[in-house]
Amino acid sequence: MGDRLIEIEHLGKEYRLGDVPLLALNDVSVQVARGEFVAVMGPSGSGKSTFMNLLGCLDSPTAGRYRLDGRDVSHLDGDALAQVRGRLVGFVFQGFNLLPRTSAVENVELPLVYAGVPAAERRRRALAQLAEVGLAERALHHPSQLSGGQQQRVAIARALVNRPLLILADEPTGALDSRTSIEIMALFQTFNARGITVVLVTHEPDIAAYARRTLRFRDGRLIDDRPVAAPRVAAEVLAAWRPAEEAA
Amino acid sequence: MTLAASLRIALAALRLNLMRSVLTMLGIIIGVGSVITMIAVGSGAEARIADQINSLGSNLIVVVSGAITSGGVRLGFGTQMTLSEEDATALQRELPEILVAAPGVRGSAQIIYGNLNWSTIVFGTTPDFLAARDWGVAQGRPFGQADIDRAAKVALLGQTVATTLFGGADPVGQTIRIKKVPFTVIGVLDRKGQSMQGQDQDDTIVMPLSTARNRVLGASEVNRHAVAAILVKMREGADMGAAEAQIHGLLRQRHHLQPAQDDDFWVRNLSEVAQAQEASSRVLTLLLAAVASVSLVVGGIGIMNIMLVSVTERTREIGLRLAVGARSRDILGQFLIEALTLSLLGGLAGIAVGAAASFTIGHWAHWQTQLRPEAVLLAVGFAAAVGVFFGFYPARKASRLQPIEALRYE
Ligand SMILES: Nc1ncnc2c1ncn2[C@@H]1O[C@H](COP(=O)(O)OP(=O)(O)OP(=O)(O)O)[C@@H](O)[C@H]1O
Ligand SMILES: [Mg+2]
Repeated sequence: MGDRLIEIEHLGKEYRLGDVPLLALNDVSVQVARGEFVAVMGPSGSGKSTFMNLLGCLDSPTAGRYRLDGRDVSHLDGDALAQVRGRLVGFVFQGFNLLPRTSAVENVELPLVYAGVPAAERRRRALAQLAEVGLAERALHHPSQLSGGQQQRVAIARALVNRPLLILADEPTGALDSRTSIEIMALFQTFNARGITVVLVTHEPDIAAYARRTLRFRDGRLIDDRPVAAPRVAAEVLAAWRPAEEAA
Repeated sequence: MTLAASLRIALAALRLNLMRSVLTMLGIIIGVGSVITMIAVGSGAEARIADQINSLGSNLIVVVSGAITSGGVRLGFGTQMTLSEEDATALQRELPEILVAAPGVRGSAQIIYGNLNWSTIVFGTTPDFLAARDWGVAQGRPFGQADIDRAAKVALLGQTVATTLFGGADPVGQTIRIKKVPFTVIGVLDRKGQSMQGQDQDDTIVMPLSTARNRVLGASEVNRHAVAAILVKMREGADMGAAEAQIHGLLRQRHHLQPAQDDDFWVRNLSEVAQAQEASSRVLTLLLAAVASVSLVVGGIGIMNIMLVSVTERTREIGLRLAVGARSRDILGQFLIEALTLSLLGGLAGIAVGAAASFTIGHWAHWQTQLRPEAVLLAVGFAAAVGVFFGFYPARKASRLQPIEALRYE
């Protein structure tokens, strides 16, 4: 399988609104190795989310080729894509997307339901995953009883519970304050250190600074791809956090 | 995904909107409840008719004196007594398929016991009559040929007459006056209940034919052996149509009727009449059930409506489920099972409502009702079919959502 998790060649996505074709993604070629931590940046409407949807097999490209974990997934049908998502990919969304009026642990169990894991093991794994994101005591809380940061932790636990190779996060800190954002980045760094590949979209350079590589999009094209010179370590930033900065 | 997991998801979703789920189920509850109640009422009517057929006795043919019509008007039972005891004997002798042929006369009479008096129907007949009607004696003894030969003044009381005149006391051995003539009560007949015409069959007195003719009703001036009717009971398995024709032919011959002459009697297959009534009550049951099932269909439309609302409301949830690995058939299954759960739970509650309603109607309106297991199965099966049918469209709509569009849905 090699060390390439993501291999993308001349990938394109065209939307048709009436007769006008709109190239949301235009001739993108990029490779991501296993264990990388990639930030995706670019102005609004530049195609970041479109790119992420293709990476996550939520959508199929209209041009080019996409190999995930050595398998060409460009032209799979809906059910095959669902299986790829279920096995290989975990999603974290800006709006958390937790099931309302459903306990944290049940939210985390959700991917395991569709993977056919028996109920008892589901519960055990979901609780362990919640403990890993520091929410062991909140397992029975409903989303409405959790803070934004806690909800995003539940969402991260849900993304990780199926032991995916790839975590895709589209503006995961967009709805959070700066300290909570760094806490979330700390979680991503922790799991990335264990070998899980992370790709996340962000508008904030401060957040992108926690990644090890940055991809920049404009008008559907990949215009820049460079390593981050000295990635920040979220745990250190948190340790040095002073209340004064919170006020600033 | 396993069925148990789908079921758990469905129940959880229904519990989240408990009030809405219950209201949606109400349609099915009322539908199933009314189907079950209507079938119970209809079956009760059928059963009552079946009871009446049994109380009548089976394989019965009645031959009645008099022309069928006289100037276009049907004449009453035995207006002119053209039949005779000898006709009955001849039928019994000539037609081996006949089990018994009981001649009889009938009239109303005033009965007095102590200071009580009561007007009832008096039957004068032979012991064969009780055999033909499968009518047993509850207390005392039936009369025999000896009583007929002597024109003994003995009487068998129907249950209604017995309780009216004697209350709880034992009437056997007591003396009553029928048209002022003293009679000894020798027995009380079994209870027969209502006839198909709604008459109380127990409001009657049965006595020997000779006694009735000589002492109570008065004999015909023309023929001392004339009778109003002959009740014929055929052997089990006899061809009733053929028997009717044979009786008809034999009697015409005995009455010396020329081919051009009308019958001076008429023959009627009683079981056939009863069966026709049974058939019409079955049609009634079907009609009632059909009307009630309309409400079940309306309940199904309610399910479809709420499921469509639910799919729209939960579009983002569907998107999320798709994102974490649900296939479209998982989503289809989830919503179908949800619809099916609504209709089946509604169906179960409907059984309870239907059973309670049937019982209440039976108890308070004094209608016989009958809760039949096959009706219950039918109603619940129909409810499930309604759930699948009306749940399918919303479920398919949900399963056809594209993951990104569903996730983006506001
Ligand atoms: N379903 C769609 N139909 C038509 N056009 C679409 C659709 N989805 C996205 N687009 C268009 O594709 C382009 C890229 O959209 P995309 O959502 O990828 O941008 P983005 O970089 O994520 O922006 P933002 O930072 O605001 O989230 C936009 O011009 C958008 O209007
Ligand atoms: Mg976006």
